[in-house]
Amino acid sequence: MKNDVPAEVRAGETRAERIMSQTIGVPRETAAGEKRVATAPEVVEKLIKLGFRVAVQSGAGDAANFADDTYRAAGAEIIDDAARLWAAADIVFKVRAPSMAEVGLMREGGTLVSFIWPAQNPELMQALAAKKATVLAMDSVPRISRAQKLDALSSMANIAGYRAVIEAAHHFGRFFTGQITAAGKVPPAKVFIIGAGVAGLAAIGAASGLGAIVRANDTRPEVGDQVKSMGGEFVTVDYQEEGSGVGGYAKVMSEGFQKAQREVFAKQAKEVDIIITTALIPGKPAPKLITADMVRSMKPGSVIVDMAAEQGGNCELTEPGQVVVKHGVTIIGYTDLPSRLAKQSSTLYATNLLRLTEELCKSKDGAINVNMDDEVIRGTTVIKEGSITWPPPPPKLSAAPAAKPAAAKPAVPAAKGHGHGAASAPASVKSSAIVFLVGAAMFWFIGAYAPASFLAHFTVFVLACFVGYMVIWNVTPALHTPLMSVTNAISSIIAIGALVQVAPPIADAAGRPVVWIIGLAVVSIALVAINMFGGFAVTQRMLEMFRK
Amino acid sequence: MSATLSTVSYIGATILFILSLGGLSNPETSRRGNLYGMIGMTIAVLATVLGPQVTSGGYPWIIGAMLVGATIGLYAARVVKMTQMPELVALMHSLVGLAAVLVGFANYIDPAATAQFQGAEKTIHEVEIYIGILIGAVTFSGSVIAFGKLSGKISGKQMLLPARHWINLAGLLAVIWFLGEFIGAESIPQGMTPLIVMTVIALLFGIHMVMAIGGADMPVVVSMLNSYSGWAAAATGFMLSNDLLIVTGALVGSSGAILSYIMCRAMNRNFLSVIAGGFGTEGSAPAAAGAQPAGEVFPIVANETAELLRGAKNVIIVPGYGMAVAQAQHTVYEITKHLRDKGVNVRFGIHPVAGRMPGHMNVLLAEAKVPYDIVMEMDEINADFPDTDVAMVIGANDIVNPAAQEDPASPIAGMPVLEVWKAKTSIVMKRSMASGYAGVDNPLFYKDNNRMLFGDAKKMLDEVMVALKA
Repeated sequence: MKNDVPAEVRAGETRAERIMSQTIGVPRETAAGEKRVATAPEVVEKLIKLGFRVAVQSGAGDAANFADDTYRAAGAEIIDDAARLWAAADIVFKVRAPSMAEVGLMREGGTLVSFIWPAQNPELMQALAAKKATVLAMDSVPRISRAQKLDALSSMANIAGYRAVIEAAHHFGRFFTGQITAAGKVPPAKVFIIGAGVAGLAAIGAASGLGAIVRANDTRPEVGDQVKSMGGEFVTVDYQEEGSGVGGYAKVMSEGFQKAQREVFAKQAKEVDIIITTALIPGKPAPKLITADMVRSMKPGSVIVDMAAEQGGNCELTEPGQVVVKHGVTIIGYTDLPSRLAKQSSTLYATNLLRLTEELCKSKDGAINVNMDDEVIRGTTVIKEGSITWPPPPPKLSAAPAAKPAAAKPAVPAAKGHGHGAASAPASVKSSAIVFLVGAAMFWFIGAYAPASFLAHFTVFVLACFVGYMVIWNVTPALHTPLMSVTNAISSIIAIGALVQVAPPIADAAGRPVVWIIGLAVVSIALVAINMFGGFAVTQRMLEMFRK
Repeated sequence: MSATLSTVSYIGATILFILSLGGLSNPETSRRGNLYGMIGMTIAVLATVLGPQVTSGGYPWIIGAMLVGATIGLYAARVVKMTQMPELVALMHSLVGLAAVLVGFANYIDPAATAQFQGAEKTIHEVEIYIGILIGAVTFSGSVIAFGKLSGKISGKQMLLPARHWINLAGLLAVIWFLGEFIGAESIPQGMTPLIVMTVIALLFGIHMVMAIGGADMPVVVSMLNSYSGWAAAATGFMLSNDLLIVTGALVGSSGAILSYIMCRAMNRNFLSVIAGGFGTEGSAPAAAGAQPAGEVFPIVANETAELLRGAKNVIIVPGYGMAVAQAQHTVYEITKHLRDKGVNVRFGIHPVAGRMPGHMNVLLAEAKVPYDIVMEMDEINADFPDTDVAMVIGANDIVNPAAQEDPASPIAGMPVLEVWKAKTSIVMKRSMASGYAGVDNPLFYKDNNRMLFGDAKKMLDEVMVALKA
């Protein structure tokens, strides 16, 4: 956020020239089977509030159950023809990376926001660069906490994880939850989830919500707590290696680790009914984790959902985009899981784009400013006015190291009794020895020099201190204020000191300043009486309020 | 009344006082506890007045003084607002302190009181007078300053004199030296000079000590002064050879000391460092600057807060001093009642040092008629935050700061805190982004599941209430 000021200043210069607010165009997705759309009616309203005009291609939202009319009602212009829409738009919002035909429609020097996958699509990058375009890739949003609200990969992965479980349930011939019915006992389904990223965690949550026994594995040990929090059991690989790469993603593991991991998976494959794999490593083909042998060892009727199918699949037998049955096991290789929940994923994606637009348009005047000093925008921008700016410099912060101090947080004191619980944790031997020695010295000093009359009082005093100590520990913290006011009232007992001075039964000795003594004593009595009556009365008033 | 009878009465009073404190272990028995205290006090006063140490000549004086004091005290107890309790308690401590000083002086100038002492006994008696006056004077001036700070008459900011530890040390040495002078004094007028000088030093020390302590350490100060007023009574008891005073003073003294200890532990602070003043004193500024968390806060408005609350099943409200300042406890209860009627499980999480005196929040919530069985201690409720949908923080800051657990370099590292960030959503109501008393920025505000509701707590909660009912 520290870059705000220069950004605003620079934006001010260029904005003076653009008087018109910019138009955001949302074309219909052209990829086969893609049901999502890059904006939702409620997001259109918010974009217009930011000062933009919004144009939506006719029928863009049909597959996601957003009718043209709802867009129109939200303030968007409906354009029938894709070519006209691309021509009219200063900024194009899309879901999937554009086809070459769409790039051809694009306005020279325009801005495009969509998934791009720059590593996999070098020709597309060249074509967009040739158009002098500015391209923001939603797959390149840096993994820093400030950018989470525009992290479309996470929001899509969340949906995909949920959908993967639903697909598995659809192809699985049994209940997920265990039941005892009149018609017999139903064992709960066992689900094994590989990779506890966003998608994996969503799948754990969905599967345990359906009542299955869920186990999960991940190369990053720190996600174990997250797995447990979603209702899963964390299966560890017994091999020491740190699996966190840059930006909180997983990295390629050593050969020794992979061997140990395969043994764990082989064992799980024999036991579980459903395997959902989500293992991806950025910029690399998906690791092959489930071998044909493991598939063969699974029970007939089992289901594998391979969420990494698009990157080649985690299972050797996966056929991307298809559902196949091999060795009696259904292997689901859908690559369009988010699209299968089109309305939900469109809404979330549209919100991610809205957050990005807010970052790009801090002045809310309907014109974007691609500020390359802003870490989030810098990371997301893969082409800036025709020059390729991908890959970005590595992000400064990683989410992973933050997990460690959290894990090492101090243990909460376990002992808990009545009242305050852990009253006195045993002090260290050294400090208690010092206290003991000092105490012993003091007692010796008093014993050696003090007269007997003093000792009697001293005994009473020490015992009273201990009684007080024992009694006070039982006081409930809720009553600490009444405790203070009642002890304060009780300390009015000092009145006795004043009372005995007013008129002691002694003959007025010569030189006894009676007036002074009575004066001091009477003032003391009055002061203490305020305390005595006031203290008890206010305590009573307070305690009256403590009602169930 | 014979001497033995009054002694037995004193024993009865002592037992009643112990039962009185014991009764406070539970709200059910607490009212009876207070009653025991009153009966004990009545017995003690009557036994003294009717006992052999007071002749009937003193009755008019005693009754007159008692009536005056009782009138003022009862009036103050009736009109005080619950948010002003810390001030009232501090002010009352000062009265006990002042009384101890006056009783000490009266005892010293009375030749009859010392006549029976010889040799070591006389020295001990004089030391007792000296210490009684010393503690009384510190209690008096310290409580007056604490009262000023709590009522806003004096700035709550800590005032740190240069070389303040040396000033305190010099004061202590002077007090010890004058003790020697005082014991060595041949006659009463000769002893008066060191006694008065010591009293002045003690008064200044009390002022200086409390001035150096800042706002959020006030719970410790108030309970510490409570303790001092007890020790002053105990010292007076030694001076007058009165066991009732000794026992009661020791009870009160240890009660205050334990409360101070609890408060210090709740802040993970050393008692001495609180008394010495300042938060981490040296080196805290760079540490705080280093812990500046980067990120963004998500402000919301009252409507959205109401929306979050309406969608929640489990809600925990964490009140702090801000709620007391804004007098928002009644609105908090309205909201609580509304939500509970809708079947939402609303509870309160109270940090031991929330507010300006021990148990301050509990009293305010009790005043607003929040049932005490939904008001939980930190230890009771901390484990429940992960299952909580909305944690609402009202005017609290340091007590919900995750840096205490996550950042070992933080000045508040290790202080037990309410883990509101573990709830699905936390809402922090605050007037601005200013950091809390400890001067530490709060990473909670930048967490993704945290929302900020800026504005005066009372006003915002009223708006939330309206939105909830709509």
